[in-house]
Amino acid sequence: MTEVPISWFLTLSAVLFVLGVAGFVFRRSVITVFMSIELMLNAVNLSFVTFSYQLKQVNGHLFAFFVMVVAAAEAAVGLAIILTVFKNRETLNIDDVDSMKN
Amino acid sequence: MDVILFLTFALIAVVCAINVVVQTHPISSAISLVGVMGSLAVLYLLLGAEFIAAAQVIVYAGAIMVLFVFVIMLLNAGTESKRGRSLVAQLLGAPLLVALLGLVAYFVERLYPRSVSVHFGGFTHGTPLDIGRALFTTYLLPFEATSVLILIAIVGAIVLARKEMD
Amino acid sequence: MDSFIVISLIKTALVLAALLGTLLYLQWVERKVIAHIQVRPGPYRVGPHGLLQPIADVIKLMTKEDLIPPYVNKPLYLAAPFIAMTMALLSISVIPFGPTIEVAGYRTWMQLTDLNIGVLFVLAVSSMGVYGIALAGWSSNNKYALLGGLRSSAQMISYELPLSLAVAAPLLISNTLSLRQLVERQEGSILDWNILHGPFPQILSFLIFLIAGFAETNRVPFDLPEAENELVAGFHVEYSSMKFASFFMAEYANMITVSCMAVLLFLGGWVAPWPARYGSSLAPVGIFAGAGVMALYHGMHSGHRRDRRTLPVFGTAFLAMAAVFLLPVVQAWLLPLFWFCAKVGSVLFTFMWVRGTLPRFRYDQLMGFTWKFLFPVAVANLLVTGFLVAWFG
Repeated sequence: MTEVPISWFLTLSAVLFVLGVAGFVFRRSVITVFMSIELMLNAVNLSFVTFSYQLKQVNGHLFAFFVMVVAAAEAAVGLAIILTVFKNRETLNIDDVDSMKN
Repeated sequence: MDVILFLTFALIAVVCAINVVVQTHPISSAISLVGVMGSLAVLYLLLGAEFIAAAQVIVYAGAIMVLFVFVIMLLNAGTESKRGRSLVAQLLGAPLLVALLGLVAYFVERLYPRSVSVHFGGFTHGTPLDIGRALFTTYLLPFEATSVLILIAIVGAIVLARKEMD
Repeated sequence: MDSFIVISLIKTALVLAALLGTLLYLQWVERKVIAHIQVRPGPYRVGPHGLLQPIADVIKLMTKEDLIPPYVNKPLYLAAPFIAMTMALLSISVIPFGPTIEVAGYRTWMQLTDLNIGVLFVLAVSSMGVYGIALAGWSSNNKYALLGGLRSSAQMISYELPLSLAVAAPLLISNTLSLRQLVERQEGSILDWNILHGPFPQILSFLIFLIAGFAETNRVPFDLPEAENELVAGFHVEYSSMKFASFFMAEYANMITVSCMAVLLFLGGWVAPWPARYGSSLAPVGIFAGAGVMALYHGMHSGHRRDRRTLPVFGTAFLAMAAVFLLPVVQAWLLPLFWFCAKVGSVLFTFMWVRGTLPRFRYDQLMGFTWKFLFPVAVANLLVTGFLVAWFG
């Protein structure tokens, strides 16, 4: 077969999304958690572009573009927050930022 | 030929994604994430999304990930320490995730029979011309809203990261 | 399909050979130009007029001890020069050197490949080049290298913004992202080049592109992060031998890429300044013949014994080149190639001229210049261009 079935792309997107969830849930360093969020967003972008191919419309590409823009804005603000937290708490382990716990 | 390209770059993407999650040092995770984004850019080219592929490399891999790498270098983030893992998470974590993946993959395979297949040249309307046309006519309001969003993000990042004026 | 692969392989080999030879001798040209600006001879002893100096440098760098310090992060330390070199050489693959030609019955472009999104490809590859420098600085486990690497990469990504905006303005006029079509839409004469044509001559865009190009390639006046007497030479302080050489080759290759992009976007690519029917085909003949006559004259009346032997050889070589330009069989591909190389050479000479003339900026002056002056000017330029194109288009 010389053509790729479209379900393979969607399965790849699911695999990448689940790996992103794994990183988000299991890792303790706040930067790695943030990178897992970016991995999830990339997986969703792949889904959008795949559906755009299936429906032969360009709208999926536009959604992927907006997801990229929002991810850029979120990365900028999120990293600034990480810098501030590091300045105040001297740690990058999210278990140690628990001063509001009872 | 398309199948070989897809399998190669899908394999690279999955291996790099596993690397992102498994590596202890954040800089190795960041470089692996750049690898994921590069292979996804090739897969976008296979799907006819040439502008999105270029935007992925320029914006995501070339700017956002550079920002991540900068912050890791500035904070001198070291390897992560392993402590405080609950037993429930360690035993049930991976099997539950595999179950989630299996469920999603099963439904995807059932819903999408093999009739639609992807080959180079199957979709030619991903050119910058088409994207620009849709962006400035149908999606004009989201476009302006994202401009305001980026402005808010710039102001927020500067306010959060500056030194306090005494 | 097979002939396409074979032709592409031959073209790749030719372009790679030409590029590597140019990288080698570009360093010689730079040293000579800067020396003459500073009223001194430059490399003079190794070979006639120092022409074998690059070969001597290559031999020196290859035989130096390739030391890998034990405290570096080995995978990233070894990967950084590769990344820098790869990204620097990759962007040549979409640069067109001339129009469609016919060689031995096969029609082909004088270009390795023409992408619909050629301009975006070059921008993407140059964004990825930042990683080579950032990872080199970090993996060296040395605070000076880290500071130099961070400063250099922050400078490169800050100047990507005015660079992209300055690139967007002629794209509004030419209406295409493919590099070949960009040049084909500037056909005609010097008045059709993007820098002088259209509702808004793109002179300001050209200047912004050149200034941002100086900063992207870490050249004077923006070379603080890697100057020899600042910060112990910056991000490549822990590198030796061929890895050090590859950072410098990457810098020269980036310079060639920025010059090629300036020529393609603004100066009309391979289009001659005045049309061929008014005799522009004789311009290269005149230039080479003049150079040959001058070399012969100086060779015969020179004070140095070596010059009396070598300069007449160069003189006859130049006269032979002038004769080659008169043959009609090679004019179809040699003339566009000559004009393209002449224009790229002029822009590269501007790079070297500026290096010999201007002092360098301090780092805070450099960053303030881009964010407070160059970026708003580039945005205003894009606005004015768009407005005028919409009004008169």
